[in-house]
Amino acid sequence: MSRKQKKVVEIRTSPHLKKAISVEQIMRNVVYALLPVCGWSVYQFGLSALVLILVTILSCVLTESLFCRLSGRPNSVGDFSVIITGMLLALTLPPGFPLWMAAVAGFMAIGLGKALFGGLGYNVMNPALVGRAFVQAAFPVAITTWTPGFTEGRFLEFIPSSLALPFMSPVDTADWVKSHAVDGFTGATPLALQKFEHVTTSTMDLLTGSVSGSAGEASALLIFVCGLYLAFRKMMDWRIPAAVFLGAALISGPLHLMNPEIYPSPLFVILSGGLMLGAMFMATDMVISPMTPRGVWLYGIVIGVLTVIIRQFGGLTEGVMYAILVANALSPLIASVTQPRIYGATKKGAES
Amino acid sequence: MGLLNLFRRTPTFRHGVHPMEHKEQTAHLAIRRLPFAPTIYVPLAQHIGAPALALVKPGQEVVRGEPIAEAGGFVSVPMHAPVTGIVRSVDHLVPTAAGPKTPAIVIDTYEASTQEVLYGREQDLSTLSREALIEAVKASGMVGLGGAAFPSHVKLLPPEGKVIDTLIINGCECEPYLTCDHRVMLEQTDRLIAGIRTIMRATGAKRAIIGVEDNKLDAVQAIREKLPEDGVISCEAVETKYPQGAEKMLISSLLKREVPSGGLPVDIGVAVYNVGTLAQLGELIPHSQGLIERVVTVSGPGVGKPGNYLVPIGTPLSFLMDQVKSSSDANEVIVGGPMMGMTVASLSVPITKGVSGVVVFEQAAEDQRERPVHPCIKCGACLDACPINLNPSMLGQLASVRHYETMESEYHLNDCFECGCCSYVCPSNIPLTQYFRIAKSVNREARAAAA
Repeated sequence: MSRKQKKVVEIRTSPHLKKAISVEQIMRNVVYALLPVCGWSVYQFGLSALVLILVTILSCVLTESLFCRLSGRPNSVGDFSVIITGMLLALTLPPGFPLWMAAVAGFMAIGLGKALFGGLGYNVMNPALVGRAFVQAAFPVAITTWTPGFTEGRFLEFIPSSLALPFMSPVDTADWVKSHAVDGFTGATPLALQKFEHVTTSTMDLLTGSVSGSAGEASALLIFVCGLYLAFRKMMDWRIPAAVFLGAALISGPLHLMNPEIYPSPLFVILSGGLMLGAMFMATDMVISPMTPRGVWLYGIVIGVLTVIIRQFGGLTEGVMYAILVANALSPLIASVTQPRIYGATKKGAES
Repeated sequence: MGLLNLFRRTPTFRHGVHPMEHKEQTAHLAIRRLPFAPTIYVPLAQHIGAPALALVKPGQEVVRGEPIAEAGGFVSVPMHAPVTGIVRSVDHLVPTAAGPKTPAIVIDTYEASTQEVLYGREQDLSTLSREALIEAVKASGMVGLGGAAFPSHVKLLPPEGKVIDTLIINGCECEPYLTCDHRVMLEQTDRLIAGIRTIMRATGAKRAIIGVEDNKLDAVQAIREKLPEDGVISCEAVETKYPQGAEKMLISSLLKREVPSGGLPVDIGVAVYNVGTLAQLGELIPHSQGLIERVVTVSGPGVGKPGNYLVPIGTPLSFLMDQVKSSSDANEVIVGGPMMGMTVASLSVPITKGVSGVVVFEQAAEDQRERPVHPCIKCGACLDACPINLNPSMLGQLASVRHYETMESEYHLNDCFECGCCSYVCPSNIPLTQYFRIAKSVNREARAAAA
């Protein structure tokens, strides 16, 4: 009785029940969903990929901690979102990307892409893509240097470029590639082959990831399955990747029909490059995508269409990153023009 | 989801949430009478509208069922003595679930009394005019027993030019834990139908539809067996989800009509009554009696003897808690359901006409609910939950920077009826519903200050 009397009465307001799902839980599940993709990357590229992933995660975690200290906020590493950024960032980089540059990318991803805006929930663009965009601009050679996967001894030795010293001229990997590569490795990604040489990589190779490319975007099938897991757990909005694929197909389909020599089929567009990873794990980043039912479709279609336009008519082979960043910037506008009609609103009052 | 809805048999509205029902604790328990508390506190303001005016004096003896207060205005109802006893005070301040203290008539119960209702007289409803029926409803002191506590007679007088064609009877009981309406539908079916008949006559409604959530199909069956042959009253199962029992939602589910924003059901020709209200009216009106007790579900992890109890109006929660053996670990007592009810600060709060349930949580349950509040991650779960298509995320962000007017002028704040779905689903644990209440009250005060 005395214990009861001492207890301070806490007055709560309704609702007094909570759904048993938290931010940490959502973020943790995204990490789970990304683990197989990371695992495949390590299997394919070996030690370099493993250390690359660890370095970006570590860099992101340290940056987050640093900025939390500087701004006097409680350390928010525990919400797992920073781990996701680290994983995603590594997956978009070439497997032999110099580790010090990866650390810089991680710092920029969290510092510039997230912390400056106020941390989780306040960023306006996907932090991982902000980090990648920075290193794309800063280190254009390193980020387009591809190395073959499945080399012998990949679990025992680094790709030489991984261990490049900061601010030294880029290590030339040509000799290493020549000595390790399976026959005919050109370093060209399926997108580059298609764009510049009009050689189409087989759908099977795209699905399984037996192609050249970034550390974690090679196996479209694996990424798709991992994304499905999140969609089924209702921790990812399935409409966004669906809209991205729809948008990509809407524009690449007619182009392909007009000139199949130059323009690849929608299936190739969807399975190649970073589109699958971008659509499943980056475009769906909750913080920077619109929430309105019509807004998510519009947002996804914008990403799909922009990706194809940049790929086909831009100077780069890859367009997903910029497409998503542009769509991120458009997201508030998209949200505001797609507010749903509220219950009981008259026609006149429906516009808002 | 959309695809699943195509195959659903039961009608419903869009969005909403589905919390654990927790109804198994009490759904099978027949309504039992709670003993009379030694002292009863009848607040004069236990309904929406003007408080009632006391008719009795301290020291006066009252008989159970006797009027003790008269309506204080049009939107107000009289009160009747819940017990036979002696009036101790007519302006004693008692705490309310909402917080502020309010004057109440205090009656010391005569323990020796049989507590029979001797007050009242039989009347033949078929000879009463519409006006006399409405007057009889008002005299009964009836308010919406579903929780709104809106005086029942007011809905019977639609404004000029508005006609009520359909009566909707709300048997959804979508709040977790609550089962009192379920029991009323099973045990008081005849009274319910009598009440519907009376209200149909008083409103002139051509048809009546009883909407019951499909987790209570036994109630649907019980009602259908008793329905009159003429077919003007029907009973429909609707999908089990929260807030199906919100009147706007139920109207959408059953009639596919939308109550206009800022309007009332009468604007689209509908009047909505709770099943408990009509079952009580069906019993009280023929005997010209007043509302002196109601069925209350007492449940939750902190209750030793959960059940559906017939509780005299004015019974203090402390007495109720003793009777149902509330656990010593109980630390949160909610009046109403857990989604929309209020936590009480004091067990001196009496049961009033609008209290449909008392839910008691323990420390253990609370620890589970304790979670840090994160910033909004814009997951959109609240948009998918809001039954009226608001954007709670945006409203919440505006509230956090105190742009209360923008919330109202651009994001339809005033259409929010505080069902709590957005707070319930929010993974960041943001108290959105509470933000909206604050914003509304700030806007109200600003308007009052400007006027």
